Amino acid sequence: MTEAMKTGAIKVRGVHRRFQLGDQTVHALNDINLDITQGEYISVMGPSGSGKSTLLNMLGLLDVPDEGEYWLAGEDTVPMSEEARAGYRRDHIGFVFQSYHLVPRLSARENMELPMVLAGIPPAERRKRLAPVIQRLGLTERADHKPEQLSGGQRQRVAIGRAIIMQAPLLLADEPTGNLDTHSGADVVELLEELNAQGVTLMVVTHDMALGQRAKRRLRMVDGAIVSDDTFAISSSEEPAL
Amino acid sequence: MIRLQDHFTFTLRSLTRTRFRTTMQLVAMAIGVLAVVLLTGIGEGGRRFVMAEFASLGNDVLVMLPGRKETTGGLPPLTGEGTRDITLEDAQSLMRISDVERIAPIVVGTSRLSISGLSRDSLVLGTTQDFFSIRDLAFSQGQAFTTREGSRSRSECILGATLRDELFGPKRALGQWINVADYRCRVTGVLTDSGTGFGFDMSNALILPVDNAMQIFNTEGLFRVMIQIENIDAVPAMTTAVEQQMKLRHDGQLDITIVTPDSLLSAFNNVLLIMTFAVAGIAAISLLVAGVLIMNMTLIGVAQRRAEIGLLKALGASSKEVRLLFITEATLLATSGAVLGMLIAEFILWGLRFKFPEVPFATPLWASVSAIGVSAIAGILFSWIPAQKAAKLPPVLALQAQAGK
Ligand SMILES: Nc1ncnc2c1ncn2[C@@H]1O[C@H](COP(=O)(O)OP(=O)(O)O)[C@@H](O)[C@H]1O
Ligand SMILES: [Mg+2]
Repeated sequence: MTEAMKTGAIKVRGVHRRFQLGDQTVHALNDINLDITQGEYISVMGPSGSGKSTLLNMLGLLDVPDEGEYWLAGEDTVPMSEEARAGYRRDHIGFVFQSYHLVPRLSARENMELPMVLAGIPPAERRKRLAPVIQRLGLTERADHKPEQLSGGQRQRVAIGRAIIMQAPLLLADEPTGNLDTHSGADVVELLEELNAQGVTLMVVTHDMALGQRAKRRLRMVDGAIVSDDTFAISSSEEPAL
Repeated sequence: MIRLQDHFTFTLRSLTRTRFRTTMQLVAMAIGVLAVVLLTGIGEGGRRFVMAEFASLGNDVLVMLPGRKETTGGLPPLTGEGTRDITLEDAQSLMRISDVERIAPIVVGTSRLSISGLSRDSLVLGTTQDFFSIRDLAFSQGQAFTTREGSRSRSECILGATLRDELFGPKRALGQWINVADYRCRVTGVLTDSGTGFGFDMSNALILPVDNAMQIFNTEGLFRVMIQIENIDAVPAMTTAVEQQMKLRHDGQLDITIVTPDSLLSAFNNVLLIMTFAVAGIAAISLLVAGVLIMNMTLIGVAQRRAEIGLLKALGASSKEVRLLFITEATLLATSGAVLGMLIAEFILWGLRFKFPEVPFATPLWASVSAIGVSAIAGILFSWIPAQKAAKLPPVLALQAQAGK
């Protein structure tokens, strides 16, 4: 447990999540068991409706399992109060959504600043942290634009900036390139992988085979269960040796 | 924990950068308060106007009319059909009662006035010197009757302001002779334009010494006697004293009626009560309309921002912080809307008072307070309840609110 705390590792045991749709129960997560060590690069693939987003939301503490344990930084988060989970979301997790979820009335800079504002970080410190991130995302000229004035790729880069500004050790991305053209999609992937190379745990849900196969560790989900979990010594374009 | 200054910056940004929504909510709030403050202000003005009409009679004045009528409900007799006249001697005898300060006997009629070819019908009022003090009438020119106590009245008369203008225009009125039927009198005074007091429109009247007027109308009986007493608290005792005196003089018959300011007011009490209820009803309906208007605007606003609540939570805000942000925003919006509406209403009321100086348009304090209270509470409550609900949801569900749209 002490070790887990240091590395910010993840341990999932026997997790279930069911949704009630009318008189039908959807078993969106069916007995999930998972161990992730700090710095891994994991892709999650599978047919639509197989529970990929539900898994990611659960790992991101946006949703709570009906059953099972989810250990994060050395503590089981399932019995925690919602307030305590909010603190974990803020300090440990960065989330990138398919549809960006930016606040439309705030500028790119203010959107990226938002997690620091919510964390109560003083303005001077916020500026100091923002400057290098904005530069690295290539948003220097667009920092004071509203989301509606930005392209899809730029918006997703703002969302990534927001996800990493608190220096969270875990970065979760749910189809981050789903709304982007090939070129800006590649841009975003490159950025995420760069962050992973610096030690951030990266988990990406995707429909895109090519993107999924860039990860060393590849999960495949069907009907709420993880049906395969393979780790490949050689990353990137190499085909998995089945 | 979010810093206080950031808390307000965030709130202000959300108000100033979504202008349409903010404006609509502000307008809803302002209209609500405006309606209440304005309508009750007008209603209350009307009510006070009626009250003032009665008050102009004076609190310390009893009015004696010929004829007996029990004034238990309904209006006191306005035209007395006495079995026996109240004579001038009867009226003068009342001065012997201690505590009676002044009396003014009154006869009233209409008569044809003429001066050098010009003629018109006018209200003619016969009374004595004290009438002007009792009714607080002032003179813009000349003075009241010059007749000395006890002697026969001189042929003099006093004109109301409007009547003076109609008869003489720009010419001098003082000292001119007027024919009143087949009687002549000289103008010795002109009243200031004091509007309409209770009963008669003094600005259209010609006032004569009472004995002269009785001759013109060929009557022995008085229309009314106004009795001003020294001590307001003595009204019931004085009423009895005057009744006793009149009974003595009229062979043991009580054939007069005394109208006190209180009995007059209580007779009109029903009317005033209905007006008060009407004002309260207007206020209640306006408040209800305001509340619904505010509720609709606020609910739309919160529904649009459910996804934002989810996002803030996903980024690490606690439910408590999210609620606090929305309450601050709703409170700021509600209070500024209410104050705006109140200012506009007061401005319009000010304009109305300017235009119609005789009606005291003013909003009763309870109406302003409840208007601001209800709209602020409505604004805060209707944004707080949905925000509270959204804040309770797991962030993923709140986030999906937008995806579903
Ligand atoms: N909030 C919800 N309410 C009801 N059913 C849901 C909800 N979220 C997901 N589901 C259901 O759970 C299943 C898994 O959904 P999801 O995780 O979004 O799949 P994926 O991301 O793999 O396409 C689907 O059948 C979906 O309809
Ligand atoms: Mg999905």
